[in-house]
Amino acid sequence: MIEKADQIFVILLHWILSFLPAAWQPYVGVFICVATIICVFPALFAIAVLLERKGLGRMQNRFGPNRVGPLGIFQPVADGLKSLTKEDIVPTSADAVVHFLAPVFLVVIVFMGYAVLPMGRNMTLVNMDAGLLFFFAMSASTELSVFMAGWSSRNKYSLLGAMRAVAQMISYEVPLLLSSLVIVMMTGSMNLGRIVDAQNQYSWGLPHWYIFTPWGFAAFLLYAIATTAESNRSPFDLPEGESELVAGYFTEYSGFKFALFFLGEYVGMLSVSGLGTTLFLGGWSAPFSFLGWVPSWIWFFGKVMMSICVFIWLRGTLPRMRQDQLMNFAWKFVLPLSLLNLMVAALWRFMGEGLLRWGVCSAILVVAYVVMARVGMSREQFGPRSYRYAE
Amino acid sequence: MFGEGLLKGLAETARNFAGSFVSAERLTTVQYPEERLAPIEGTRDFPFLVYDGADWEAGLRCVACQICEKECPPKCIYIEKSVDKKPDYTGKPQIYPARFDIDISVCMSCQICVEVCPFEAIKMDTEFELSTTDRFGGLLYDRKELAKSNEHYHKIHPTEAAEVDARLAEEKAKAEAKAKAAAEAAAAKAAATAAKPAGGESKA
Amino acid sequence: MTIVFYLLAAITVAGALAAMLLKNTVHCALALTVAFAGLAIQFLELDAQFAGFAQILVYIGAVAILVVFAILLTRGSETPSEGVFSKTWLAGLAVAAAVFAVLGWAVLNSASALPGETAKPVVSVLEIGNALMDRYVLPLEIVAVLLTSALIGAVIVARHEKGSAK
Repeated sequence: MIEKADQIFVILLHWILSFLPAAWQPYVGVFICVATIICVFPALFAIAVLLERKGLGRMQNRFGPNRVGPLGIFQPVADGLKSLTKEDIVPTSADAVVHFLAPVFLVVIVFMGYAVLPMGRNMTLVNMDAGLLFFFAMSASTELSVFMAGWSSRNKYSLLGAMRAVAQMISYEVPLLLSSLVIVMMTGSMNLGRIVDAQNQYSWGLPHWYIFTPWGFAAFLLYAIATTAESNRSPFDLPEGESELVAGYFTEYSGFKFALFFLGEYVGMLSVSGLGTTLFLGGWSAPFSFLGWVPSWIWFFGKVMMSICVFIWLRGTLPRMRQDQLMNFAWKFVLPLSLLNLMVAALWRFMGEGLLRWGVCSAILVVAYVVMARVGMSREQFGPRSYRYAE
Repeated sequence: MFGEGLLKGLAETARNFAGSFVSAERLTTVQYPEERLAPIEGTRDFPFLVYDGADWEAGLRCVACQICEKECPPKCIYIEKSVDKKPDYTGKPQIYPARFDIDISVCMSCQICVEVCPFEAIKMDTEFELSTTDRFGGLLYDRKELAKSNEHYHKIHPTEAAEVDARLAEEKAKAEAKAKAAAEAAAAKAAATAAKPAGGESKA
Repeated sequence: MTIVFYLLAAITVAGALAAMLLKNTVHCALALTVAFAGLAIQFLELDAQFAGFAQILVYIGAVAILVVFAILLTRGSETPSEGVFSKTWLAGLAVAAAVFAVLGWAVLNSASALPGETAKPVVSVLEIGNALMDRYVLPLEIVAVLLTSALIGAVIVARHEKGSAK
């Protein structure tokens, strides 16, 4: 019975496929799974948007939207209708083809990332051997669409926003990859299913999630920072800051294309939360062994929504970082720490089992954190200004 | 310690979030129009004419002196004097305004008309939900719409109204005392002149 | 599955041709991205997962961005007033033909040098990692040194510019 509840979607899929001839089954199976993903994650996007607006409101001592439907739950519907019916304005001097393709490209690439996430036991769309690499390949391609959007608008604010966004995304890509690399190193595989299986073990009821190890915790924090920057979320939302650059690279987009960008951003946020859950929080495994009866997909989506809540919490708390502060932070703090984390993880592997390795690794990481904070983040003393005249 | 500020900030936001469900201090929104904040005493929106008693025509304090019309900066008041007279609060017959129009789309709520009125006849109201769909005459208020009772004035500006009432009562008492003294003097003089010819007659 | 191969080949060649022939330089860069994507899918079709995804990650995610930035930060983003073909097209064609000949000869000759395998080799990431650390460690280190020197060179160039400002 518990088994059935856990595998209910898989059972449903097989039941539907049993009505079809054997030749068609793989293709229709894939089609059904893809269609499910395309329906479920935008629904989660609607929930996330509503949660964000209401959550931010509460954090700012106000209600969020509460007029459309009880407690405002139909607000995303209203927003969707609004963006569908708005006039789609394309500036005359804009590059029409690229202007059109940018949001399309973004949404397509962002949805591709879901193909490798294990959303429950036996619930991965494509169980690729190099699944993590595929995911990062997709997330790297989204930068190109950001650039396309900014450049094709023929608007200097858009272009500036796009360049800043791309610079930011590239800078934080390296720490992102390095912090995920630690997990690959300790598991020995890039297959996301294997990574979850390695975490799905319990000692004294507590799970073996990677976040509960010193290097895993540090990697999780660095991963969180890097993904916040990759999705252009506050506090790293300078490229789309309303008060800075109108809307940055979104400026010349209206109506449904803007909605597509918005969708792409939030779906991207959900997808990197999904990856973070898989890598660090144990994917679909339960927190305690006695809670194993709860279906695995509930744990996965619960953890993803918790990550979204943390994103929203960060957005409500922190002021926006300036571009140079952001870049300094990436190159002078996050990157050295991720490299060090890699070495600490290797040290952990080479020391034997026992309490000593916990102590040593934690000590190294804490000392490194404090030292890097003093050294990497020290602000220079400003002397008299020097001027450079444009020739 | 690097990152301490971040954690403190997160704690504060979390406190805000959790507190907004339990305490009104952390959720200060007043959901207009279902809930309204009570206006404070000094609220002022647009003028109204005060009348004493029950009948608005008889008790209207305004005597059409037209001072407010002249002092109004955007000239939103239009007054036409009446031909006949009616008694005011001291009993003295005064003219009254046959027309008193205020165009509240022009009125800038400066309260100058209130400050210059010598008869405490025009005061500031606290109504602001006055929007109308009639774009031609909907915001032009005439005498009948502007006249509101003294009880209403007490309700919206209690201290001011009490003070005005005290002053008016005092003046009325003074006027009555003066009238009584004048009446007594006149009666005494009448009695003296009545007594003198009587005395003169009895002498002769 | 040769139909897939021909389709992908058509996309790749079309992208590369468009990268040469289009007037707008940024359009050329985007067409080049299409060519990269075509190549990546070719790799995937040959079951070389790591190579395919690394192609996307590195070429589309980094090299294409680099090309586009280079176009933007120089004056290449304006459409050229004359045509897209340069005056020295004959020399360019000769060089390209020579390179193609050399590469073709190398590919065709190396086919006989590979051990005759009938089964498809299993190339997992683990195998690649082992090979990099085992058989190909020298090329790995040389590439690492090359990249480090490029990075240091970039930092020095930028720093020198900042230094000359004072």
